Amino acid sequence: MTSKNETSKRVNPLKRLRGWPLTFLLAGVTGLSIAPFYWLVVSSTRKDTEVFDWPPKLLPGGHLGENLDHLQQKIGLLRVVGNSLLVAGIQTLGALVVALLAGYAFAKFRFRGRTLLFALLFSTLVVPEQVMLVPLFKMMMNFGLLDTYQALILPGLCVPFAIFLMRQSLSSLPDELLDAARVDGAGEFRVLFSVVVPVMRPVLAALSIFLFLGSWNQFVWPLIALRSPEMHTLPVALATLHGNKSNTDYGAILSGTALSTLPMMVLFLVLQRQFISGLLAGATKG
Amino acid sequence: MSAASPPAALTRRSAAPRRSRWRRTAVPYLLLAPALLTFGVFKAYPVIDSLLLSFTTGSGTATHGAGLANYQRLLDDPLFWTALRNTAEILVVQVPLMLGLALLMAVGINSALVRWRTVWRLGVFMPSVTGLVATGVIFAYLLKTDDGAVNWVLNAVGLPSVDWLGQPVWARMAVVLVLTWHYTGYNAVIYLAGLQSIPRELYEAAMVDGAGPIRRFTSITVPALRPVLLFTIVLSTIGTLQLFDEPYVLTGGGPDNATLTVSMYLYQNGFRYFDFGYASAIAYALTLLVTVLGAVQMRLMGERDT
Repeated sequence: MTSKNETSKRVNPLKRLRGWPLTFLLAGVTGLSIAPFYWLVVSSTRKDTEVFDWPPKLLPGGHLGENLDHLQQKIGLLRVVGNSLLVAGIQTLGALVVALLAGYAFAKFRFRGRTLLFALLFSTLVVPEQVMLVPLFKMMMNFGLLDTYQALILPGLCVPFAIFLMRQSLSSLPDELLDAARVDGAGEFRVLFSVVVPVMRPVLAALSIFLFLGSWNQFVWPLIALRSPEMHTLPVALATLHGNKSNTDYGAILSGTALSTLPMMVLFLVLQRQFISGLLAGATKG
Repeated sequence: MSAASPPAALTRRSAAPRRSRWRRTAVPYLLLAPALLTFGVFKAYPVIDSLLLSFTTGSGTATHGAGLANYQRLLDDPLFWTALRNTAEILVVQVPLMLGLALLMAVGINSALVRWRTVWRLGVFMPSVTGLVATGVIFAYLLKTDDGAVNWVLNAVGLPSVDWLGQPVWARMAVVLVLTWHYTGYNAVIYLAGLQSIPRELYEAAMVDGAGPIRRFTSITVPALRPVLLFTIVLSTIGTLQLFDEPYVLTGGGPDNATLTVSMYLYQNGFRYFDFGYASAIAYALTLLVTVLGAVQMRLMGERDT
């Protein structure tokens, strides 16, 4: 730890040796970060009576399918996962389009009210999400939309952070590129979809992972807006089953938890570069 | 359309200036329409409606104006103060602990002496990808008193078992533990990006001047990271003030309301008792807290930033 700030390129072998304690320390920290996932993998693949064995089991077993079967009987797993995929998919796509259009307007057009509208969209960032829960609930009740997919999807279409990110990335797009297409007679929307979108593909990809993950994991609002178990999304179904103390099939709950977590892990590992760059765009410019 | 020859395009441009001007004026508003519509209906309207609701009382459709009665009730409500105290205690322990650890992690990973740094960066970031409900479920089992894996590890190194979810103070610490596990790596990756943008020459110059590692850390690293530090402090504070998912799943607010947070109390009033007026007053009290704390932090840290 003594020379932690040194970033010089040439490191002699003796110094390399001094790096090992720090490397081991970081390996330990990383181990702590990953250990709960490993425990999840082990527990969700073992018989549910083995989850709390003392000492804990160290290797995965072969009971994942059986656990998922139990979960299908308890919460209708397939339907619930389908709900989650549908809501997250549509919400991601919708929020992406909304953000792309708005970000393009803010980045590439000068118009009356531009600064004001931008400030307005951002003013709600300081308002906690909880403030909107009661009015949204009343609104959905009045529209007869409680316990529907629409109730979950609609409020998540306007994501100020996504608009902000799109504006940032579109600002760096050269105007000449757009003007060239306009001179060729392309209409504004054609310019957007045939010139801008292809160039922005990496940013759109990064943003869609972010939006999808946020939607996949959202909890409070679905918990409030949903009533019937067959409409539940995966987090709501898992929290409900977990909260039901009469259920002691821990293997089933944990297999569902693994199912809600591990695909996202894989997505993250495959696309980690875009993921972290998206995160940092929000952090360093926010 | 793309087949139009350049001269034709030029004449078209000069021949139809009015149409093109109209187009240039209308297009941005058309592009913004979906955002403004969804913003207006699902964000701006609820924010205003919530404020109005906080001055009403009654349930369902039978509501009537109540002036400041909800806010008065809030000040006299011991359970609200309990929720506020719990949230404050979790905040005061968790945010400095997490951000301190994150900074150490980032500095460690950034060190030139360390091997396989991409592996560590990836590993510590993974928890933040996990959903909060999943995190809550996992830790509810890991932290079980009699047969949880965490107590097994504690016993293995000679420490006594801890009644994590059964004792008020430990239950709050369990929430702190879960939050720290979930978000530390996320903050570390943000710091790491900040560290990598500090010019190496600064450190070399400081070393020539005889500055030791601690001196270099306090006079170069920390000032250079100030904007990033401010961002993470404000974000973590706001996030912890709104804490809901983790205690909901992990402890259900217990034992004996020891982990009841402001957001959970809002949820109980709004969606168990359907007292919309009172829930809205709690929501606005929370907004006030978030805004004031955020502004104070910005003022304290942001001023010297120019």
